[in-house]
Amino acid sequence: MITAREATGDQRGATGDSAALVKRSDFPLLAAFPELHYLDSAATTQKPRAVLDAMTQYYSHDNANPHRGAYALSARATERYHEARERIAQFVGVRDSARLIFTRGTTESINLVATAWGRPNVRAGDEIIVTGLEHHANFVPWQQLALATGATLRVCRITSDGRIDLDELRSMVGSRTTVIAFGHVSNALGTINPVSDIAAIARNVGAIVVVDGAQSAPHFALDIDSLDVDFFAFSGHKMLGPMGCGVLVGRRDLLETMQPYQSGGDMIEYVGDERTTWNVLPHKFEAGTPNVADAVGLAAACEYLSAIGMDVVRDHERQLMALASERLLAVPGVRIYGPPASERSGVVSFTVADIHPHDLATILDETGVCVRAGHHCAQPLMRRLDVPATARASFYVYNTESDIDALVAGVERARALFG
Amino acid sequence: MRAERAEGGICSSRTMSTEALYQELILEHNRKPRNFGEIPNADRVVEGRNPLCGDEVRLSVKLDGDRIADVKFVSPPGKGCAISKASASLMTAAVKGKPAAEAEALFDSFHKLVRGELSEEEQRALGSLRAFAGVSKFPMRVKCASLAWHALHSALAGGAAEVTTDDRAHGPPTTEGA
Repeated sequence: MITAREATGDQRGATGDSAALVKRSDFPLLAAFPELHYLDSAATTQKPRAVLDAMTQYYSHDNANPHRGAYALSARATERYHEARERIAQFVGVRDSARLIFTRGTTESINLVATAWGRPNVRAGDEIIVTGLEHHANFVPWQQLALATGATLRVCRITSDGRIDLDELRSMVGSRTTVIAFGHVSNALGTINPVSDIAAIARNVGAIVVVDGAQSAPHFALDIDSLDVDFFAFSGHKMLGPMGCGVLVGRRDLLETMQPYQSGGDMIEYVGDERTTWNVLPHKFEAGTPNVADAVGLAAACEYLSAIGMDVVRDHERQLMALASERLLAVPGVRIYGPPASERSGVVSFTVADIHPHDLATILDETGVCVRAGHHCAQPLMRRLDVPATARASFYVYNTESDIDALVAGVERARALFG
Repeated sequence: MRAERAEGGICSSRTMSTEALYQELILEHNRKPRNFGEIPNADRVVEGRNPLCGDEVRLSVKLDGDRIADVKFVSPPGKGCAISKASASLMTAAVKGKPAAEAEALFDSFHKLVRGELSEEEQRALGSLRAFAGVSKFPMRVKCASLAWHALHSALAGGAAEVTTDDRAHGPPTTEGA
């Protein structure tokens, strides 16, 4: 699955690289910068032409305000929006697409749950549990909910190799536990967390389960229906889709009893002078003119990924990540954080001797290698690992072995400069 | 001006190499920072932090009237990149013994330097601080170079004991998205 070194090089971006998982020329940005080694897909992904075309097609042929106009064009826009929801629901294994709500992204999805479910249901003295692995997006909303309600936020310890300590979690839960929120995959380390084990722990005490799927939906075949979770959030832009469009999948009975998150147009049924009744799911949670074009783009991204096959995607990333780990560990001074490669998604979080990750990232940038350097929006985790910052390389469908060659060469250059 | 400064990586017309950023003088001060430590009976102690990238510097200043009698800095292990450490080191060397007003004027010039706003002649007047001229081609690193200066400015003004570089006026925001 990994491109042979000879197959890349100058011909990349043209028509060659048949050994690669996808054609570099499918991605206009990567084609425009043939020397770019984009290794920051955990932050956001590049977009295939198919996604950009689908959005342009929508705006140039189908655009009108959906759910409103009594004319054919509006009906078509409504239809495109509905189809997009159906396509995305199918991609992540949700049969009842009315429980799939479009949001701006994972952050908004989690804020929706923490507010619309959390405020009425969490009381003073209750406990909300998150883990030490969380991205700030699945940490701060719960912290704020705890502050607003008088509940206690408890942070489950992680092990020294970056896994959720399940024994500790079992000992933490009790009758006061109302929510357990955790990431399916850690953005900072790539740790893949056992959703069903954690859900079972929550079920024992009647807590709801909220999963931040921002780093899993892009990389694994998902069947959310079969996961015993109450809410599952993810972002489109980390899975080849446009920025500004994400998803919240919720349990239908919870969504039905919840009050809306925002109010206004589109989410109402009847507006009286004194009170208003709400529209049905999913519209109750989608106030205002919906983001149809981006939903259409995300559906096209699901189509693109489906055509490759998510098992193939996962396999490709696993190979690249294992190779990158092996090659980096051969460089003196390199330390990789998190569990062994076999238990990580396509993420390698590392440091090189005492070279600051920002200096490393600047050196890598010189040869077009884009990595993330910093705390990865996970400051509690960095404190736990006792490291101020790491460099993070993350892989996706368009990466090849040549990207790893460039990464390792850059790390060597940084060592020579700062050594 | 703006577009020109943004050039750095391979996505542009590769006019800047990292050698221009990591001058030998900067590397040397990163390895062996001057005035590294704390003044026990300091008049002012200020913590400078760059919340977005995690750089930290703790600056202590001893004043003699309006003159900077002594100035030292520390950055906790791993909490200072090469640019922020070298900048703190070269800054302390440059302002030690100088009147506060002169240090403030230097800060002003230094700011212009790292934003690419000084002529050749004005750059030369800055002496060894000129080593940071290359920072102007790396907008993401302007805050690293300015951190210690912000802390010094705050110390001299007798203001907040904590300053951050989260000040959008001094370079584009360095975001920390997922």
